[in-house]
Amino acid sequence: MIGYLAQRLLQAAGVLLGVSIVTFLLAFLLPADPARMIAGRSATVQTVESIRQQLGLDRPLPVQYVNYLGKLLRGDLGRSYAQKAEVTKLIRSRLAPTLQLALAGILFELLIGLPAGIVAALRRGTAVDQAVMAFAFVGVSAPQFVVGLLLIYVFAYLLPLFPLGGYGTPLHVVLPAVAVGLAGGGWYARVTRSAMIDVLRQDYVRTARAKGVFPAKVVFKHVLKNAVLPVVALVGLDIGVFMGGIVIVESVFGWPGIGQMIWQAIQLVDIPVIMGGVLVTALFVVVGNLLADLVYPVLDPRIRYS
Amino acid sequence: MRRFARNGAGMLGLVGVVLVLVMAFGAPLLAPHDPARQYFDGLTLEGDPLPPSRQFPLGTDTLGRDLLSRVLFGARVSLLVGVLANGAAVLIGLLVGVAAGYFRGAVEAVLMRLTDVMTAFPALILAIALAAILRPSLWIVALVIALVNWVWIARAIYAQVLSIRQREFVEAAGALGVGTFRTLFRHILPHLVSTLMVFGTLGISTTVLLEASLSFLGVGVQPPAPSWGGIINESQSYFLDAPWLVIFPGIAIVLTSLSFNLLGEALRDALDLAERR
Repeated sequence: MIGYLAQRLLQAAGVLLGVSIVTFLLAFLLPADPARMIAGRSATVQTVESIRQQLGLDRPLPVQYVNYLGKLLRGDLGRSYAQKAEVTKLIRSRLAPTLQLALAGILFELLIGLPAGIVAALRRGTAVDQAVMAFAFVGVSAPQFVVGLLLIYVFAYLLPLFPLGGYGTPLHVVLPAVAVGLAGGGWYARVTRSAMIDVLRQDYVRTARAKGVFPAKVVFKHVLKNAVLPVVALVGLDIGVFMGGIVIVESVFGWPGIGQMIWQAIQLVDIPVIMGGVLVTALFVVVGNLLADLVYPVLDPRIRYS
Repeated sequence: MRRFARNGAGMLGLVGVVLVLVMAFGAPLLAPHDPARQYFDGLTLEGDPLPPSRQFPLGTDTLGRDLLSRVLFGARVSLLVGVLANGAAVLIGLLVGVAAGYFRGAVEAVLMRLTDVMTAFPALILAIALAAILRPSLWIVALVIALVNWVWIARAIYAQVLSIRQREFVEAAGALGVGTFRTLFRHILPHLVSTLMVFGTLGISTTVLLEASLSFLGVGVQPPAPSWGGIINESQSYFLDAPWLVIFPGIAIVLTSLSFNLLGEALRDALDLAERR
């Protein structure tokens, strides 16, 4: 277990190193000149040149990368060009809203995905099953911005139950969470259903039923416990992806999360913020996957890593 | 084939795909108006878009253009980008997966670590960043989508090549002195055809959604070319008063993505069973 953990952590560190290289190259490819952007329009050639030297932009690419990596390891993501603030500070201010929306989204996915998948598996082949699967397919195929805009139209405009957008009260989070979680809910339902069907076929389920164990107890104690593993993997993935910012939903609802920060930075060509934001989103994805891997053996003692 | 025909959802998907193809190819014949023309009677006196009427069956957009015509012509853009991007993603995924799985060693290590790194980026964030860097055009958008979507295909192909390599006929081919390329083309590629077909259809569902999302954010296909995501983007500030501007292109996106999804899943079921027999 310890050996596996060490190996997995090392692998994650390797991926993050790769991520830092890709992010660095991404910023290098941007058509804008950072020195000119900082100096402003009216700056003289000499000013731009001195800023360039100050930033180390005149040095060879590998040297620039090593400098960048060194700062990164010290937790320094640089300063925003557009807002005169540390990138780490900007990201920190976005964490609470991002976390709130991510958790609410995952909660919604589980709330609709798990029951729908369980019911579909138990009533396999019936109209209920088909209805659930139809919903799952449509959910997966509906783009978040269409879902979000329609939710706003129906539940904030026609029936003014929720605010049109923004961030603050618990009411604000409901519609964005639904928009984020609808597609995921469809996935969860499909995955739960097929895992349940696999487990329902097992001998011990038949034994439990033959023994006369209460049907609901069979489902929850014997089946669900074993069918929930693939769903955990999905939650792990979603934590990463959602924490990385749900650009579309944040833009539709005016939600001040990391996704919106990156999106605004891209429009302003605010390179340090783009780099920092992309890096942090990738970090969350790696950590989310790692968490899912670590939770597996806790839920299912049969899984042993060596 | 018969197995496929018996799958009701798959047939529904096929009907949907045909419908979208008819929209795309038949757009010039089916569209009642010029999709780019701004009709001066296409707006109310206050300058608002018109709701669906006999003259404009799906209403007009914020510039007084016929929405039905724009949605029909939008099918061309969405489908073209979706198919191009997915084709490119499948091709990259195939090359990377086969190279890593067949040649092993350093090639495998480098390629598979690269896919590990690529999976760490949320697809949309990476696509937005790339699209912003590369100045979007239809081709660039397709390329960007392919660049973020090949990873999962490469992983699946890689796993499959690893298992095919261990089968006797590949070993036998090696023992008989069959050359590398001959082995690849005659003995390995034929076994990947069904996987490629599934990704070839299923993936379009994803690429169409991604294109719509990029265009919605304004870094996808650029106006005046009508794309479904772009139409919704242009009408975002108006949609509470003119919900048809979101609803109809929205239906078109869902229909396209759903149809390719159903078709791909049905294809996977049919081919899986065929393989197992």
